[in-house]
Amino acid sequence: MSTIVFFIFIMVGLSYWWLWRQKVLEQPWVTEGTDIDLRDDIAQISPTAKTGLIIFLAVVTSLFSLFISAYFMRMSLNDWLSVDEPLFLWLNTALLVLASISIQWCAGAARNSNIRTVRYTLLATGVFTGAFIWGQLLAWQDLNAAGHYLQSNPANAFFYLLTGLHGLHLLGGLWVWSRTTLRVMAGVNTDQVKLSVQLCRTYWHYLLAVWIVLFGILLST
Amino acid sequence: MAYVALADRGQILSHPHSFITKYIWSQDHKVIAIQYGITAISVGVVALVLSAMMRLQLGFPDTFSLIAPDEYYQFVTMHGMIMVIYLLTALFLGGFGNYLIPLMIGARDMVFPYLNMLSYWVYLLSVIILMASFFVVGGPTGAGWTLYPPQAILFGTPGAEWGILLMLISLAVFIVAFTMGGLNYVTTVLQARTRGMTLMRMPLSVWGIFTATVLGLLAFPALLVSAIMMTLDRLLGTSFFMPAIVSMGEQTNYGGGSPVLFQHLFWFFGHPEVYIVALPAFGIVSDLLSTHARKNIFGYRMMVWAIILIGGLSFIVWAHHMYVSGMNPYFGFFFATTTLIIAVPTAIKVYNWVLTLWRGNIHLRVPMLFAIGFIFTFVHGGLTGIFLGNVVVDLPLSDTYFVVAHFHMVMGVSPILVVFGAIYHWYPKITGRMFNETMGKFHFWLTFLGTYSIYLPMHYLGFLGVPRRYYAYEGIEFIPESALQLNSGITIAALFVAVVQILFFVNMIWSLFYGKKAEGNPWGATTLEWQTPQTPPIHGNWGDELPEVHRWAYDYSVPGEAIDFIPQNVPANDNPEAHRT
Ligand code: HEM
Ligand SMILES: [Cu+2]
Repeated sequence: MSTIVFFIFIMVGLSYWWLWRQKVLEQPWVTEGTDIDLRDDIAQISPTAKTGLIIFLAVVTSLFSLFISAYFMRMSLNDWLSVDEPLFLWLNTALLVLASISIQWCAGAARNSNIRTVRYTLLATGVFTGAFIWGQLLAWQDLNAAGHYLQSNPANAFFYLLTGLHGLHLLGGLWVWSRTTLRVMAGVNTDQVKLSVQLCRTYWHYLLAVWIVLFGILLST
Repeated sequence: MAYVALADRGQILSHPHSFITKYIWSQDHKVIAIQYGITAISVGVVALVLSAMMRLQLGFPDTFSLIAPDEYYQFVTMHGMIMVIYLLTALFLGGFGNYLIPLMIGARDMVFPYLNMLSYWVYLLSVIILMASFFVVGGPTGAGWTLYPPQAILFGTPGAEWGILLMLISLAVFIVAFTMGGLNYVTTVLQARTRGMTLMRMPLSVWGIFTATVLGLLAFPALLVSAIMMTLDRLLGTSFFMPAIVSMGEQTNYGGGSPVLFQHLFWFFGHPEVYIVALPAFGIVSDLLSTHARKNIFGYRMMVWAIILIGGLSFIVWAHHMYVSGMNPYFGFFFATTTLIIAVPTAIKVYNWVLTLWRGNIHLRVPMLFAIGFIFTFVHGGLTGIFLGNVVVDLPLSDTYFVVAHFHMVMGVSPILVVFGAIYHWYPKITGRMFNETMGKFHFWLTFLGTYSIYLPMHYLGFLGVPRRYYAYEGIEFIPESALQLNSGITIAALFVAVVQILFFVNMIWSLFYGKKAEGNPWGATTLEWQTPQTPPIHGNWGDELPEVHRWAYDYSVPGEAIDFIPQNVPANDNPEAHRT
C-alpha cells in the first residue's frame, strides 16, 4: 500500500498548503465587508472546466496508484512469473509521444488562431492515438499467442488489466477529441475550440505520463 | 476583471418550461437534490424492512420462520451495503450536498449542471442494478457488506451465481455517479463562491460536505479497484485475491492470490467512507446547534481545522479493521496509534458542540432535538470506538455484537439523527411549508429512545461473545438463556422504531399540502440559503444580482444589536465595532 499512501500524502500536503494560502488561519469573526476576498487580486482564475479536469485527474491518479499498490503487493507473493513484454511496446510508446507532441502543437496553433494547423495536428493526434491503441491490442494478441493467458499468471493478468485500463482512458479522451474535431471540421473559429484543445492537451500529456510509469513498472518487474 | 462575473461566469441558465425538463430531466441542483433524496430514502426503507426481517428471526426464532439461513446472509449484506452507500452517502452528498452547496455559497447552480443531472440518473441505474439482484437466480449476494474473498465468489455462498456480480457492477456504476457529482461539488465550492464568501466564511455544513467529497473522490477508486479485480477473479478465473482452495469438495483453478490484499484495498476505501458519512453530519449538526441555540459556533476555526485534519488522518487508519486478518502484527501497533490520534480532533468537535450549547438561548425545536440527540449517540459510539481501536480489546470483541452496537451507534443512528434534523430544519425552505411540530417531537423521542434500547443491550451481548452475522443462537453452550430473551427485547424495540418512522413520512407528506405557509427565514438563520428572494428558491436561486457576503456565518446574538442574528449578506453598519464579539 506504500504507493497509494505516498500519493495520498502528496495530495494531503498539497491541499493543506493551498488551504494555508487561502488564510484558514484568519479569524473570520473580526473581519467585515467584502474586501478581504483574496480572489479579487487573482487576475486570472482558471476556467471551471480546467479545474474540473485537474480534480478528475487526481481521481484517476488515485485509481492507478491503487492498482500499482496492488501490483507490488501481489508481486511479493511467491507464484509471480515475470512477463517478457513484446518489443514493439517501445514503438507504441513512440506513437503516444507523437500524439502528445501533436496535441501540444495544436494547442499552440489554437493560441495563434491558426485554424489550418489546428486541423492537421488535431487529426494527427487522433491517428497516432488510434495507432497506439491498435498496437496495444497487437501486444495482447502476441502475448496470447505465446501462451501467456490472462489466467495463467498474476503478472499476465496485471499486464492485461493495466494496459486495458489505460487504453480505456484513452478511448474516453478520443471521444472528447472526436467532438472537438467535428467542430473544427465544421468550420468554427479557433476561439471556440481553444479551451477544448487545451483540455485535450492536458489529458494526453497526463495519460502519456501514466503510460510511461506503467511501462517502466511492467518492464522492470 | 469585474468580480461578480466569477460566480456567474459561464452560467447561462436556460429556464425550462415543460414538466419533464423541469422536474425529471432537470439540471436544477435543487430538483436533483430532491431526486437523490427521495431515491436514497426509498432504498433506505428497503434496508429497514430487511433489518426488521432479520430482527424477527433473531428475536423469535421459533415463532416466525420468515427467512431461511441463506436469506439471513443475503439480508445482512444488502442491509449493510444499502445503508452505508446507497442511503447515507447518496443522501448526504447527492441530496444535501446538491441542495445546500450552491445556496450556501451564493451560486446560481452547480458549475456543471448537465453532469450533475447525469450523476443522478447513473446513481438511479446503480440502485436498479442492485435491486435487480433480488430477482435473479440465486438471489442477492450473501457475502457480508465487506464482500471478503474467497467466500464472496465461491459457490456455497448465497448469490454466488449472479448476486455478487450485480453487486460489484452496481458499486462500479455508483462510483461513476459519485465521481460525476463529486467533481461538481468540489469545483463549485472552489470556483463559484460569491463575492466576499472566503473559505473561512463558509458555513460548517459546506466544509463538511466539501471535505467528505474530497475524501470520496480519493477513496472510492479503492473500492472500484477491488470490484474490478474481484469481477475478473469471478468471471475470467484470474487469481488476484483467490488462494488455492478446495470448494465443495473440488480443487478450484485458483492459486496464489491474497485475500488480505482485498482487505487492504477494501478498508482503504472503507474507513474514509465512515468519514464521508460523518463529516457532512458534523458540519450540518454544527449549523443546527448554532442556529437553534442563537449563539455563534464555539471555536469555528478549530471546527474547520478538525474537519481538515480528520480528513487527512482518515487515510492512515484503515487497518484497524484488520487486526484479526493475519496481517503483520506490528502493523496493529501503528494503526492503533493513528486511530487514537484521530480521536483527538473528533473529541475537540464534541467539546465545541457542547460549549456552543453552554449558556445559549436554546430553542428545543425539532431540528435542535435531533442535533442534541446526535451528540449523545455520537459520544456513545465514539467511546466504544476507542475501545475497539486497541488491538488487545478488539481481538476478543471482534465479530461480536459489541462491534454491531458500536458501528450502529456511530455511523448508523448518529448520521440518521442528523438526516432527520436536517430534513426538518430545511423543510420550510425546500417546500415553503412548516411541518407539524408536535408530530416531529413525538418522532424524535420515540426514535431516540427506541434506537437506544436497540443498541445499548447489544453491547452486553458482545461482552458475552455472541457472534455477529449468525442466523440462530439456540444450543450454543456459552450463550445463556437470558441473552436470547434480551434478543427478543431488542427485536421489539427495533420493530417499534421501524413503525414509528411512519410519523415522519406522514408529517412530511401531510405538511406538504396542509402545513402552515413558511416565511423565508423561519428560524432566524444567518446563512445565505435563508436569504433567497423566493421560498422555495426558484431556478437560478437569486434575483438579478448575486448576494454579497460581508461577514461570517455565525453572527448570532451579537451584543448591542436589536435582533439576535445578522445574515451574512448584511453590510457592515457605520460603526463596525458594534458587531464585534
Ligand atoms: C433501526 C434501524 C436498524 C436496525 C434494526 C438494524 C439492524 C441490523 C441487524 C439485525 C444487522 C445484522 C447483525 C448481524 O447479524 O451481524 C445489521 C447489520 C448492519 N447494519 Fe444495521 N440496522 C439498522 C440501521 C442501520 C443503519 C442506519 C446503518 C448505516 C450505517 C446500518 C449499517 C449496518 C451494517 C454496515 C451492518 C453489517 C452488515 C454485515 O455484517 O455485513 N444499519 N443491522
Ligand atoms: Cu475505521
